[in-house]
Amino acid sequence: MDYVVEMLHIRKEFPGIVANDDITLQIKPGEIHALLGENGAGKSTLMSILFGLYRPDRGSIKIHGREVNVSNPNIANDLGIGMVHQHFKLVHNFTVTENIILGMEPKRGLMVQLKAAAARIKDLSERYGLNVEPDAKIEDISVGMQQRVEILKMLYRNAEVLIFDEPTSVLTPQEVQELMKIMGNLISEGKSIILITHKLKEIKAIADRCTIIRRGKLIGTVEVGATTEAQMAEMMIGRTITFRVAKEKREPGPVILKVQNLTVRNNRRTIGLRDFSIEASAGEIVGIAGVEGNGQTELVEAITGLRKAESGQIYLKGTDITNLPIRDRISSGMAYIPEDRHKHGLILDYSVEENLVLKSYYQEPYSKKALLNRESIRQHAAKVMAEFDVRAGRAGESSARSLSGGNQQKAIVAREIDLNPELLIAVQPTRGLDVGAIEYIHKRLVEQRDKGKAVLLVSLELDEILNLSDRIAVINNGELVGIVDAAATNENEIGLMMAGVKRGEHR
Amino acid sequence: MKINQECAVALIAVLLGLLAGALLMVLAGNNPFQGYLYLLQGGLMNAERIGNTLATATPLILTGLSVAFAFKTGLFNIGAAGQMLIGGLAATAVGLTLDLPKLILLPLVVLAATLGGAIWGLVPGFLKARFNVHEVVATIMMNWIAYWTVYYIIPGYFKGAYLETESRKILDAASLKVDWLTNLFNGSYINLGFFLAIIAVWVIAFLLNRTVSGYELKAVGFNRHASEYAGINAERNIILSMMLAGALAGLGGAVFYVGYASNMQIGVMPTQGFDGIAVSLLGLNSPWGVLASALFFGMLHSGKGFMNAMTRIPPEIADTIIATIIYFSAAAVLIERLWEKVIKGKKESVNALEINQDETNERIGGAR
Repeated sequence: MDYVVEMLHIRKEFPGIVANDDITLQIKPGEIHALLGENGAGKSTLMSILFGLYRPDRGSIKIHGREVNVSNPNIANDLGIGMVHQHFKLVHNFTVTENIILGMEPKRGLMVQLKAAAARIKDLSERYGLNVEPDAKIEDISVGMQQRVEILKMLYRNAEVLIFDEPTSVLTPQEVQELMKIMGNLISEGKSIILITHKLKEIKAIADRCTIIRRGKLIGTVEVGATTEAQMAEMMIGRTITFRVAKEKREPGPVILKVQNLTVRNNRRTIGLRDFSIEASAGEIVGIAGVEGNGQTELVEAITGLRKAESGQIYLKGTDITNLPIRDRISSGMAYIPEDRHKHGLILDYSVEENLVLKSYYQEPYSKKALLNRESIRQHAAKVMAEFDVRAGRAGESSARSLSGGNQQKAIVAREIDLNPELLIAVQPTRGLDVGAIEYIHKRLVEQRDKGKAVLLVSLELDEILNLSDRIAVINNGELVGIVDAAATNENEIGLMMAGVKRGEHR
Repeated sequence: MKINQECAVALIAVLLGLLAGALLMVLAGNNPFQGYLYLLQGGLMNAERIGNTLATATPLILTGLSVAFAFKTGLFNIGAAGQMLIGGLAATAVGLTLDLPKLILLPLVVLAATLGGAIWGLVPGFLKARFNVHEVVATIMMNWIAYWTVYYIIPGYFKGAYLETESRKILDAASLKVDWLTNLFNGSYINLGFFLAIIAVWVIAFLLNRTVSGYELKAVGFNRHASEYAGINAERNIILSMMLAGALAGLGGAVFYVGYASNMQIGVMPTQGFDGIAVSLLGLNSPWGVLASALFFGMLHSGKGFMNAMTRIPPEIADTIIATIIYFSAAAVLIERLWEKVIKGKKESVNALEINQDETNERIGGAR
C-alpha cells in the first residue's frame, strides 16, 4: 500500500513532558483522515512536526515513500503540504487574489501580474466548486468564504495534502455542509486531507479513517465506517462518555432574572434586539437558540451591563438593574461565562491565579486595606484548580495565555461558579472544546441548576441547547420567536423557529 | 526564568552597544580600552564624579519610571518632557514666590511640581478614556503647550537679573541641593532628588505588584475589555495611570530644575523626557530595571566629558553608544533567538504544556 504521507514512530519531548510518544500516522492518497484527540493530546505538536516547525526527537517522515527532512515550513510547502488554519491569516483590506498570491507574486519586471493570477484563481475555484470571487475584498466576504480563500491559497501553491485545523469551529451549520461538499471535491480531484477536530459527528460524516491520540500516545487508527461515535469518544478520553447529561425533573423556584420589553442597539447603532422579554427562575436552565448574530450578543451584554439598554427593564431578584454598573450586577449575584474567552474572559498576560480572582480581587481575603494578599490568592487558585480540574504547567503561576483552550475555559467556568451566583449566564460555554471538557462543563451547568440557581444558556449548538435546557427561547432577527418546553420539542421544530417560523405556523 | 532571560538580553544589548562604541573608537583611530577607562573614570573616579553621575541619573530615573509605569498599564507616555517642564515651572514658581523656611517650602515646591505633572498627564488620560484620543498624539501636543507656556511665563513673571531667556535663580530654601550632601560628594550636583527618585521607584514597584490599584491598572492595560467585563472602571484607571505617569515626570522636573540646576531656561525641551523612553526600554519597563538603566545612562553621560578631555575621542561617541544600546534592546527578539541558539544549544526551550493552539498557529503563520 502506498501512502502520501507517513509519519513513523514520531517522538517529541519538551522539558518535563512527552508531547508525542511513538506516534505513527499514515495518510492514503485521496482519503480524509481525521486526527482526533483532546486539547493538549499532542495533535498540534504532531502537525507542527509535519509542517516543519519542530524537529522530532525520534522517528521519520516519508512523503510518497521517500524519507524527507522537513526542517522548516517552506520545505513543507514545497513538498505539497498545506495548512488551513483555525484563525485565518488574511489581510482584510486586500482582495482575494492579492491575499492568495501574497509572498509569491507573479511578476513581470516591477509589475505584479494580478490578472493572470486572478484567472488562475477563478479556474481553481471553479474546478473545486469553491465559488470564490477573486476581486472581492476579504472584509466584505463571510467567514465561510474567507476559509475558502485559505483553501485556495493552498491549492494555488499546489498543495497535495491539506491539513484542516478545527475548520468548522467558526462556521454556521450551513457553511459546515458546504465545507464538507468542498472537501469531497478536493478528494475526488486527488488531494488528501488531514482533519484535526474534536467533533465526532463530522468525523462520522466525512472521514474515511481516524487516528486517535491521547496524552501523546497513539491509541489507534480506525475505519470510520466500522466504528461508532461512542467507541471513538471512548478511545479519545479513555473512559465511557455520556452524551446526554443526566438531569432530573425539577420544579422551578422563584423568578431570578426578568427581562421586560428590552430593546438594545448593536454595534452598527441599529436595533439589534427588539422588545424582548424572558424570565429565568431558580432551578431551571433557559436556553437561547438562534443562528449567530440574531441578537444574542445584544441580549447578554445588556443583561451583564457591557452594553446600554435602549429601553425596557432588567430585574435581578426583583431589583431593577437596567442601569447599574457592572460591578454592582456582579455583586448582586450575576456570573457570566462570556463567548469570547480571550477578549472578555481572561487577561491573558496575567497568571491563572490572578485571573481566578478577576472579579473578587478587591474583597477579603484576597486583599485587605488596598493591599493584595498574594498568599490567599495562591491558595484560592490551588483549591479552585483542583476542584475544577484546571491543568497548567506551573499551576497557578502559569500565564493564562499558556493554557490550552479547554483549560482556559475551565478556569473561567471555575471563577464564575466560585462566585456562587444566583444567575449564571453562559454563552457558548463549550465552543472549541473536546468531548471530555464539554461533558465536564455541561455537568457543572446542570449542577448549578440543581443547586437552585437560574442558568441562562446561549449557544449555537442545537444539541447543547436541547440537552441542557428546561425551556428554550428561540431568537431570530433580534426578536423572540417563541418559548418552548425542552421536553416537548425537537431539533426540527427549533430549527424552523430559528429560521423565523412561529410555532404552529408550519403545521 | 523568563525574567532572567530578559535581564540577560538587556545585558547583551549593553555589551553589544559597548562593542559597537569600541569599533567606532578604533575607526576614529583611538584606543577603545583607554576610551572606556576614561569614560568609566569620568563617571566614577571620585566622590564628586559619583555624585554627578547620580545627579545626572536622577531625572532619568523619574522620566524612565514615568514611561515604564505607563507602559505597564498599556499606555505610551511620550509626554514626559512636557510634564517635566510643567513640573519644573510649578516648582520654580512656588520657589520664587513664597518666602518660607526650607523645611516647609521645599515640600511645597516638590508637591507643586508633582501636581503640575499630574495635571499634564490628566488631560491626555481624560481624552483617551473619554474620546479614545490616542495618548501619543495628545502627549506630544501637551509637550508643546508646556514648551510655550514656559516660554511665556518665565520672561513675563520670573525674569532673571541679566538674561531675558531664563528665570531668576531660586534661593537655597527652595532648592533640593543641601550642603551636607554637596559636601559629602565634594561639591557635586547631587541633591535630595536622588532619594526622592529611589523612593518613587520603590513606591511604583509596590503599587504595581502589591496593591489592588496596581492589579486594576495593569488589568486595564493588558485587556480593557476583560477589565470592564470584570467590573473594573477602565476609564478611571486610564486617567489615574496617566496622572501618575505625569506626576512622576513632573517630579523629574523638580529634581532637574530646582535640584540639578537652579533656574529655568526658555526654549529648551528637556532631553530627559525622551531619554526616559530609552531608559524604560532598557530597564524592561520594570521599576528596579529603570533604576539600573538610568544609573548606567547617567554614568555614560557624566563620564563622556572626561573621556573627551583625556583623549581625542569626541563626546558624541557616548551618545552613539547609548543610541546603539537602544537599538539593540529594541531588537531584543533577535538577541533572544541568538541566546536560545547559542547558550541553550539546539534544545527547544518551549514547554509543551505552555503551547496553546493560537500560539502554535501564530508560529506557523509567522514562519510562512
